[in-house]
Amino acid sequence: MTGLRKRRVSRPPLVLVALAVLGLAVFVVPLLGLLARTPWRDLPALLTGEIVADALRLSMVSSLAATALSAVVGVPLAWVLARVEFPGRSIVRGLVLLPLVIPPVVGGAALLFALGRRGLIGEPLNQATGLVLPFSTWGVVLAVTFVAMPFLVITVEGALRNLDSRYEGAAATLGAKRWTVLRRVTFPMIAPSLVAGLVLTWARALGEFGATITFAGNLPGRTQTLPLAVFVALESDRDTAVALSLLMVAISLAVLVALRGRWWRSL
Amino acid sequence: MIAVSEPARARAVVGFAAVLVVTGCAGSGNQSTVLVSAAASLTDAFVEIEAAFEEANPGVDVVLNLGGSSALREQILGGAPADVFASANPSNMAQVREAGEVDGEPRVFIRNRLQIAVPAGNPAGVTGPADLAREELLIGLCAEAVPCGEFGRQALANAGVSAAVDTREPDVRALLTKIGAGELDAGIVYVTDVASSVGEVDGVDIADADNVVAEYPIAVLTGAPNRDGATDFVEFVLSDEGRAILVKHGFESP
Repeated sequence: MTGLRKRRVSRPPLVLVALAVLGLAVFVVPLLGLLARTPWRDLPALLTGEIVADALRLSMVSSLAATALSAVVGVPLAWVLARVEFPGRSIVRGLVLLPLVIPPVVGGAALLFALGRRGLIGEPLNQATGLVLPFSTWGVVLAVTFVAMPFLVITVEGALRNLDSRYEGAAATLGAKRWTVLRRVTFPMIAPSLVAGLVLTWARALGEFGATITFAGNLPGRTQTLPLAVFVALESDRDTAVALSLLMVAISLAVLVALRGRWWRSL
Repeated sequence: MIAVSEPARARAVVGFAAVLVVTGCAGSGNQSTVLVSAAASLTDAFVEIEAAFEEANPGVDVVLNLGGSSALREQILGGAPADVFASANPSNMAQVREAGEVDGEPRVFIRNRLQIAVPAGNPAGVTGPADLAREELLIGLCAEAVPCGEFGRQALANAGVSAAVDTREPDVRALLTKIGAGELDAGIVYVTDVASSVGEVDGVDIADADNVVAEYPIAVLTGAPNRDGATDFVEFVLSDEGRAILVKHGFESP
């Protein structure tokens, strides 16, 4: 009996395995193409240029700032969506998920119409404070946050909804104040999802292109992140473009693999 | 590589998708399709040429794949089976030709000049290239890989101006849109782009001595799935009728 079961487990249906391999190929084949084109000998020289350093710094700063901003406003948003009943909640949830679905270029254009110098909010903001968001590093952070924050909100909201509220109830019964319950019970229990959401948000922010170039423009040292540098280099200097692409793949893969075992089990 | 959608990559994908649709439909009827990869600055003129050509050739469907010439070049070199390539400068065409992708000799069909575009009413009071050095203005140029970026760089060098650039846009239409929206104070585009956006942007001339004349070559591609249609289209662009449409849009005859 056990022998039979063991054999079943060790021999999965061939069709499934074949399809799975095909599925994996979708991800792996482009990577192989990139590796095949990589100018390995020139790689160190290509990756130490000023433009690469600028783009790497900007990508790190903007993706981390977007992750922090998402944590500050996205986690409360997830909490409200999970715990507060209000009319139109499903519409709000749809609005939050919208950036996952619409093309980032559309998001960038919408940001420009809203927060540009002549935009709905941007114009009064500019007149009151002199602040101009497009074509600035702040513009990059905003565009990247727009595209990446939904990953944090849906992950944390899902975790909060799945949380057994009896733990929080018990803590409250024992006299804990609401903030204490949040800090000592709720957050520790959703910590794995929270971290997973933050990592996903950061990874998406690092790869953001469309909203950034549409809203924040493209200038080395100020708004040209790694994806933008790859895009520009692809049309002028393919070796640099490939080297930059490889750098992005390496950074993303390293972080995702390193965190996978520890934090992703909840996903 | 990167799991994001990007405007020109997206255009590349649209190009490929168009090709797939084209090849998918070719056998299903007597409709033949000509896929034309044309520089972004040709947008308005080629839309009109497309309509005129289709009217003169019933049963032929022209599909325009518009983008920065360098992005189009990369698509063609990457194997996207377009029929015709119309570039905004000779160098992108030359690279496609060196790769053996051009059938015959590319022919210069039109010329264009540069102009400074400013939002309608010229709120920043731009009077010439020297104003592009003003730090307090938001200045946009085309990325140097696209022809308008390369020509703009030459014109600024001719005028001895070091521009205070705030963004390098991936193609001339993207730049024009941001100027028209008032998000940029000035940028260098083609005369024809300004002519296409009357009411949204105004043009400020660049002195002839500093200006750069852009030559646009057109050619049938070696891998053209529809060589006859491609040849007809190129002949139409070079004909009096085609040239009249281009001149109407502000281009100069070669």
